[in-house]
Formats: sequence, C-alpha cells, structure tokens
Amino acid sequence: MSAHTHAAHANEEVNYLNWKTGLWSWLSSTDHKRICFLYLFAIMIFFVAGGIAALLMRLELSTAGPTIPGIVKDPHTYNVLFTMHGVFMIFLFVVPGIPATLGNFLIPLMIGAKDVAFPRLNLFSFYLYVLGAACGAVAMLNPVDTGWTFYAPYSTTTDTSVSLMVFAAFILGFSSILTGLNFIVTIHQLRAPGMTWMRLPVFIWASYATAVIQTVATPVVGMTLLLVIAERMFGAGIFDPSKGGDPVLMEHLFWFYSHPVVYIMVLPAFGVVGEIIPVFSRKPLFGYKMVVLSSMAIAAVGFIVWAHHMFVAGISDFSAKFFSIVTFLVAVPTAIKVFNWVSTMYKGSISFKTPMLYAMAFVFLFMVAGTTGIYLAMLGVDVYYHDTYFVVAHFHYTIQGGAVIGLIAALHFWFPKMSGKMYNERVARIAFAMLFLGFNLTFIPQFILGMDGMPRRYYDYPPQYQTLHTLSTVGAFLNGFGYIFSLLNLLGTALFGKVKAPRNPYNSKSLEWQTASPPIHENFETTPIVNEEPYNYGTHAHA
Amino acid sequence: MSSNAATLDHNVAPGEPPHIHHMDSQTAYGAAKLGMWLFLATEVLLFAVLFCSFAIMRYYHLEEFHEGSHHLNVWWGGLNTIILLCSSYWAAVAVTKAQQGDNPGVVRNFGYSFVCGAGFLVIKSIEYTGKYHHGMFPFGATENFYEFKNFLGLYYCMTGLHALHVIIGMVVMFIYGIKPALRNRYSAKYYTPVELSALYWHLVDLIWIYLFPLLYLVG
Repeated sequence: MSAHTHAAHANEEVNYLNWKTGLWSWLSSTDHKRICFLYLFAIMIFFVAGGIAALLMRLELSTAGPTIPGIVKDPHTYNVLFTMHGVFMIFLFVVPGIPATLGNFLIPLMIGAKDVAFPRLNLFSFYLYVLGAACGAVAMLNPVDTGWTFYAPYSTTTDTSVSLMVFAAFILGFSSILTGLNFIVTIHQLRAPGMTWMRLPVFIWASYATAVIQTVATPVVGMTLLLVIAERMFGAGIFDPSKGGDPVLMEHLFWFYSHPVVYIMVLPAFGVVGEIIPVFSRKPLFGYKMVVLSSMAIAAVGFIVWAHHMFVAGISDFSAKFFSIVTFLVAVPTAIKVFNWVSTMYKGSISFKTPMLYAMAFVFLFMVAGTTGIYLAMLGVDVYYHDTYFVVAHFHYTIQGGAVIGLIAALHFWFPKMSGKMYNERVARIAFAMLFLGFNLTFIPQFILGMDGMPRRYYDYPPQYQTLHTLSTVGAFLNGFGYIFSLLNLLGTALFGKVKAPRNPYNSKSLEWQTASPPIHENFETTPIVNEEPYNYGTHAHA
Repeated sequence: MSSNAATLDHNVAPGEPPHIHHMDSQTAYGAAKLGMWLFLATEVLLFAVLFCSFAIMRYYHLEEFHEGSHHLNVWWGGLNTIILLCSSYWAAVAVTKAQQGDNPGVVRNFGYSFVCGAGFLVIKSIEYTGKYHHGMFPFGATENFYEFKNFLGLYYCMTGLHALHVIIGMVVMFIYGIKPALRNRYSAKYYTPVELSALYWHLVDLIWIYLFPLLYLVG
C-alpha cells in the first residue's frame, strides 16, 4: 500500500473497499475480495434476466391457451424463454453462484491466507466469464430454443445461433475450471500455520470438493460442446444419427458433466449451512469428520450416476439398473449431512436470525428435494415421471431451494464482513417469509401437476390443470418479490446503511471473523496461528 | 524436485509486481507446480472425450475406420512422431540447463524444440493440403469426404485440436522460456516457468504418442 493512499484516508479506517478508489481500481483488482464483488454484480444481472424469463413463462402458463399474446406469441417464443431461463440460470448464475463469489471472498480469509494462490489468474477467470456471458447474450439475438441441454440432433440441425451459445458455455466452463484449479491449489498450499486439514471449516471442505468437480468434469462438457460446433460446421458425424453419429453418446457426455454440476451448485451451499448452524446454535458441529467425508463422498459418487437422466433414452437394461442403484447411494452421504445439521441444533441455544432462518429453510427444502429424488431414481417410477413437472419441481427444490437459498443465506451471514454494515433484520425476515412461502407455492403444485401427467416444456395444457398452474404462477411472483426485497435490503444497507458492523457480530470462531469488518487489503495484520478445532462453541470461555 | 528444495529459498522472479508476493518462494514454487499438473489433468480429460468418441464411432463403423485410416500417410505421421519425441528430449534438457543457471542453454534447447514444433506443423499442413486436393477436407468436401465422414470428422477434430496445442506450446516456450532466458532471468534459484513450459510441451507430445497409432496404424 502506497503512502499516498494511506494519506488519502487518514481520517477513516483503511480497508479493502476504500484503499484504492475509482472504477478501474475495481475492474483491474486482483484482490480476491474485490473479485467476489465483480462476480456478484455480474451474476446478479443474469439472475434477474433468467428470473424475468421464468416469470414470463409462469405468466403464460397462468391460463390455458395463449395468455400474453404480445410477448409469448407462439410455442417457439416459449421454447426460447425456457432455454434462456436454463442457460442463464445454470451457466451464468448458479454454477459461479457460490464458488466464484463467496468462495473467492472466504477461502483465503478462512484459511488465514492473504489471497488465492494465483490472483491474476483469478481476475482472468472473471474476464473469461464476462466474455462467455457476452457471447451468451449475443446468441440470444437469434434466440436458441434447444433448452439448456443442447441435445442432438436438434441442436446440430436447427438454424438458431446454437454454435455461439455452446461456445459461450465452453468459455464459461473454462472460467469455471480455472477458478476450481485456483481454489484447490490455494487450499493445499496457503493454509495458515496450525490450520491442519481436520481443522478446516466445512465450507472450505465443501469448496474443495466443488473445485475438484469443477476441474475434473468441466473439460468433458467443454469438448462435447466443441464437437456440437464441429458437427454444425462440417458435419463431423459424431452426434447426428442421419450422418452415422450417436445422439445418446452426446447425452452421456453431456450428463457426465451436467450431473456432477448439480453438486458444484449445491455442495458450497452445504458448506454455508454447515457454517451457519453451529454459530446460531452455539454448539460444535455434530460429527465434523462425517460432514467432511460426506462432502468428498458426494463429489466421488456424483461422478458415476449421470445416466439416471437417460433412463428412457434407450440405454441398456443393465446400465439402467447400475445407474439406478448408484443413484440411491447418493442419498447416504446427503442424509448424513441432514442428520448432522439437525443433531447440531438439538439442545442448542438457537437464535433465529435471518441467516439461521435461511439455513433451516435449506434443510427442509433439501429434504423434500432428496426424498423426491428417490422417486426419480427408481426405474419403473421414473418412466412415468420422466419429463413431467415432477422433475421440474424436484430440480428446483434442489437448485433453488438448495443452491440459491444457500447463496442468499451466505450473503446475509457474511454481509457484515463483506460490507462492514449490518442489514435491516426486519425487512430481511419479511423477505424471507415471502421467499419461502412463494417458493413452496410455486413448486408444490408442480409436484402434483407432474403426478397428474403434465409434461414439461409445453406452453399449453388441458383445462384440468388450470387451478394448479394458476397457484404456481401466484407463487412464482411471490417468490420473485421475495428475492427482490431481500437483495434490495442488502444492496441498500450496504450503500446507505448507518449501522457499522463489529468485527465478530455473531461471536463466531472461524478466522474470517477475527479480522476487521471489512477486512484490510492483506486480510490480516499478522498471519494468524490456529490452535484449535473450528467449532468449539460452548466448550470454552466463548460459550 | 525435492532435492532442489533447499536452494529455492529465493525462488522469486525479479521484477514481478509486489501484489503476488503473498507467499514465500518455496510455497510459490509448489503452488505453481500443483496448478500446472491440475491443468494438465484437465487437458487429458478434454482429449478423453475425443478418445471415447473414437472408440464408440469405431465400434459402429469398423469398416469405414479401417478403410479411412489407409488414406492417411503413415510415413508423414511417423516422421512427426520422431520429431515430437526429439523436441521432448530437448525440452527436458532445457529444464536441466535452467536448473544449472545456464540461460544460453535454455535458449538453445528450447530453440530446438520450437523448431521441431514448427516442423511438425509444416508436415501437418502438407497432410491437410493433400487431403484438401482429394476432396477429403471438411471445407471443399467432395464425396471422398462423405464416404469417410465419421472417421475424418474425428481425425480433424483430434489432430486439429492437437495442432492448436502445439501452437500454444510453442508460444508458451517462447514467452516463458526463450525470451526471459535471453535476458538471463533464470538461475539455479528460479526456473519455475521453464519447468512448467516443458511440462506442457511433454503433454502435447504425449497426446500425439496416442493419436498416431490410433489414427494411422490401428484405424
């Protein structure tokens, strides 16, 4: 830090937010804490865009037949909307959601490092993300209507800008790989003295498992998407059956990444919940080692379950049975986690602050997601439920109820550290209530719709589905307003809030709370030395 | 490289901007190597998709793959294999030279590797041109291409992506090996970029070692 910047802020505390000023100092910063904010603003643009697409779909589905003729004039427009919703939400919002934002902010702080291992690579990852996002946005000018899965042969023959869109996904994958690689090296090499592997906070373990999946699975989908482009450019004949290719091969390669990617989305959220629950229950995390092991087990087992997306795609009976059985296995480490969270709360002195409300909502919603996942893992049942609203609802319980709620929980929990302010607790709780009720009102009817046989990806339906669809639409808007209120509450108090956050408002024991709020550019005045386990609540004077 | 650990206390690149000095040099060296190995793993997985697709397409179109591989010139492919093996040798020597602080040695040996890489690309383009004249190239394709489209499609995807990696490897060797070595940047205490460039180059060679028999010999 130069003498000049010291002098400029002589009257106030110097921290990472104000130690350099100007837009360029942010856009060119290699500080992991500032890169967190770059990502946060970028992904929120696509969260809003993807959310608008979802609300338009729900509006269209609120009555049978064409509902909003000005905007959704035909099935093609509807197909474009769900493609846009899927691509934006998956590739541009949820995948980078927790790792690139809070992972960036917290990993160095939690392990007592000054930054990630490769700070310039970290900034480069962000600009790759921007490039990918720009390609994706431009591709929507000649809108893609394949759905986010880009299944061949439709994706290899349709004349919309599929090539640009899958290239965007390739670039975003590259960004994701480099972020994951950076985090793995950081966690291996930059832990503070005394921060042994078994003293790492569970968020670090979850991020580590996530980073491994990002690094190992993403290249596969990257190459697959390049092959889709090759197929479109010169008819390489790999995926298109009319040219002797195999579309099921494309599905295999796609899901080899895209199933593990749901663990990229949800594992960091597991980590977030694992941090929040002990702090607000004032008890050590129950079964720390099991929580750690289950994260790694989910990452490992997650790699061998992909074909459960393809039970009706014509795979052999043998492989269908194999993938069904291993899919049931995923339930074991996931259930261990739920058991550990609930046991942590048992006989704890729980305070129901907003982050804790979100964490508990997460446990409940994810339990619904997990149990409905069991239905879909069953071969016979899946034949009936495949491509119905049941799948849509199950997926949204895992990803919105899991990953997105986890992100919102984390944004509230670490908000004082990130912004140096306290958010408005009352507004946050009201927003939480809207969000939670709206979410369930959206997707519980969709479970029932799916059981009644309503297929997904249709913009019309027979009148017997009317009531449930209308309920779902009402829920979606309530859910959307919940998000708007909770995020505006955070944004508003970050910018204009008067209440300064203390160093450690929740009396937490992990390292990031031991430094200033917000932290200085170098994170810690002196390198911290760790000499105990991360969740010793109630066992020492700190209780 | 553990034998060199004691000598690496000051393994810091002169003139690097200060913000990356957030770890000691020993850690920086370990981090760089781990990062490179992870990156190589992702490269292997990238090509794994192509190898996997090749296995499956060959199973479906055995005749075509068999016939198609006869249209490739084993001698050009074999010559390219020898060229890349030699280049890998010189890349390995360059690392040893860097560890001894012999900057001209790094320039010389990476120079040989670089020329080999260029030679490989020249031969590859001779092959591609020949295919183009026979109408067996994706652009300007004739019936000859469509007869072997499944084989040739994968052939161009695999060799094309590999050639791209050769080009990237050459650029990396030049920017992180030859250019700094011309300015005497490397010493027994600091040679990380040379080692990492060579690692990348070895991987590029290794992929060709698998591509050559698969495409030219087995078919």
